[in-house]
Amino acid sequence: MDFRLGPASDAFRAEVKAFLDEHMTVELEEHLYRTGVAHDEEFTKQLAERHWLAPGWPEEWGGQGRDPFETMAWHEELQKVDAPTYGFGTTMMGAKIVHKIGTEYQKQEILPRALRGEIIIVLGFSEPEAGSDVAAAQTRAVLDGDEWIVNGQKMFTTNGHIADYAFLLARTNPDVPKHKGLTMFLLPMKQPGVEVQAVYTLSGERTNITYLSDARVPDALRLGEVDAGWAVITQSLQDEHSGGFASRLDSLVRHTEAWAHDEVDDDGRPRIEDPEVRTRLGRAATEVEVSYLLQRRSVWMAEEGIVPEAEGPMSKLYSSEAIERVAQDLTELVGPDALRSYFDPTAPQGGRIEHALRFSLGTTIYAGTSEVQRNIIAQRGLGLPR
Amino acid sequence: MDLRLSAEQDQLVEAFVGLYTKHSSPERVRAAEATGFDPDLWRRLGELGIVAMAVTEDQGGWGASFLDLAIVAEQQGRHVAAVPAIETQVAARLLARVGDAGATALAGLLTGDRLVTFAPRPVRGERALLVPAGSIADDAVILRGDELLLVPLDGARTPVENLASMPLADIALGGEHTGAGTVLVDGPDARAAHDRAVDEWMALTAAALVGIGARALEIGVDYVKERKAWGQAIGSFQAISHRLADSAAAVDGARLLAYEAAWAVDEQPERAAELAAMAFAFAYETARDVTYRSLHFHGGYGFMMEYDIQLYYRRARGWANVYGDPGHAYRRVADRRYGPVASAATHAGTTTRVEG
Repeated sequence: MDFRLGPASDAFRAEVKAFLDEHMTVELEEHLYRTGVAHDEEFTKQLAERHWLAPGWPEEWGGQGRDPFETMAWHEELQKVDAPTYGFGTTMMGAKIVHKIGTEYQKQEILPRALRGEIIIVLGFSEPEAGSDVAAAQTRAVLDGDEWIVNGQKMFTTNGHIADYAFLLARTNPDVPKHKGLTMFLLPMKQPGVEVQAVYTLSGERTNITYLSDARVPDALRLGEVDAGWAVITQSLQDEHSGGFASRLDSLVRHTEAWAHDEVDDDGRPRIEDPEVRTRLGRAATEVEVSYLLQRRSVWMAEEGIVPEAEGPMSKLYSSEAIERVAQDLTELVGPDALRSYFDPTAPQGGRIEHALRFSLGTTIYAGTSEVQRNIIAQRGLGLPR
Repeated sequence: MDLRLSAEQDQLVEAFVGLYTKHSSPERVRAAEATGFDPDLWRRLGELGIVAMAVTEDQGGWGASFLDLAIVAEQQGRHVAAVPAIETQVAARLLARVGDAGATALAGLLTGDRLVTFAPRPVRGERALLVPAGSIADDAVILRGDELLLVPLDGARTPVENLASMPLADIALGGEHTGAGTVLVDGPDARAAHDRAVDEWMALTAAALVGIGARALEIGVDYVKERKAWGQAIGSFQAISHRLADSAAAVDGARLLAYEAAWAVDEQPERAAELAAMAFAFAYETARDVTYRSLHFHGGYGFMMEYDIQLYYRRARGWANVYGDPGHAYRRVADRRYGPVASAATHAGTTTRVEG
């Protein structure tokens, strides 16, 4: 056994860190928070210039052919500083599917621009009436010549207001069981039939609801076979190895540690010397370690070609609940001052503890709620009956 | 990163699984409950080299890696085996590190002539309390103030019946009943030597607790697949399956952390102490919760002595709590991360931190 990520991973981590020290400024952090937009054009361009939007991709497609442990280090460092990755993150999810099953036309049309950071693809899976049960999607697509006409609503289309495409799940056959009548498309977003309305969330992030009224998508931008959308979306969700929040949790704990070193109690004694503070920080640090281990194990398994049972869901479940648990506990530990908001000038640690509490609530919901993860672990991991 | 055991480690596990399966069945565990010790199993483990593996060839052993010790400890936990494997391994390594002073005791331990245990908690007043294997060992390595002692236990011990059916004893030092034992080390080195042994004891106990948790989860899962209520297996109810899913994630996390802590002893010593305390606390909390859930899901049968799950429930608590509650271990994590704090008595209004 060896728990080190290896010299290549360590070296790349140092490079990414140095980049972030320079480009992920407090001003940018505040700008992202104030606008609520989880994407920054200039930052994305800087990453793209270094071929760092998808460092694990082959060089011919604009990546660097980095191994999974290098890619993981890259991902962890970006996550630690809450860098604006969501725009190119969802773009690369779409691009990955295009790379895997797309036509030659789709590859040429999408991939070079995606890897240069010139287009944004947003996720169009969820609907007002279909969240965890994503296959219940009602958005209809009907073929009209060589185009599909799309009507319906998509929820949580984050970055939809600045997007070029939606990675869209739509119902193409309502007369068969729900999983068998779905098709995936890359729907052009900049057209009259697409209306994007802002939805504001607890963490300050702006997401959207997208209304599709006779929106059009050429058949040439259909991904996979008609009515085979479920297989496509399943592949896409399986590819999400980043299912964990270890580094976000890590930075929360580090900020609280810094607070405990700076702050003194009524007798002038540093809070870090209080046994209660030490117990709770020791526990939180342990949760960080476990989250990293579960997350890295999934990556290691994928690299080794070991077929996972429920290791991905375990990582997602554990680390998301850990960040909720720890954010709540450390908020109480810090006390009244933890109420001071993100970027309020009076807030300890720039209000990042307050922000972490807000942020934590989404983690157990998106990309499969904790309940969905538990079902997978129980059925696939433990073999319990449905 | 490589999370696979080597082929040699797989063989090592197999050898111990074979022995424990045959000689630490639930019947044998129950038969040993009165004393907390199974001498026949202990003799067989001695033949496999349970103590010898813990020290190097120079020291008279065969120098297994610390990770090897942990994967063996995990098997002890799975079978809730009534043997003092961890205590003697930790004692052997400690005796080997103190040089000539420990040589005779180490030799006796390796030949099987003397059973030497290790007290993870220092002496309070004039007694070492709830010493693991204290009721069956010949000697114990105990820290008293700035002295690390080797204490003969005959006449000094009071066996203690306990929740986990462990061979525990309170040991009296000094006073009319006992000699004070031999001083192995004194001064600050004594505390440091003891501290390092506590780290090792924690890392191995963490692995044993992982074994307890893993087996208790299997017992629970098997039961809820079979047991029917309202016409269906109770494992299909989410009120049950979701909590077992929590158990599964926690056991996997605890195992990875225990392995990492054990691996670090040889490969990343600068983090070994911090990871050992983390692994211990997390493995305890996991084993505690997993055994509770699996016991509870047995319904009334879980409350019966006849079912095995209670064996796991009790040992999960006993094996860890002879050291202290998890908060204690988490403060040890903090000591490693932030440096120790001056005690309240010496603090006297200043905020000076003791570096260490």
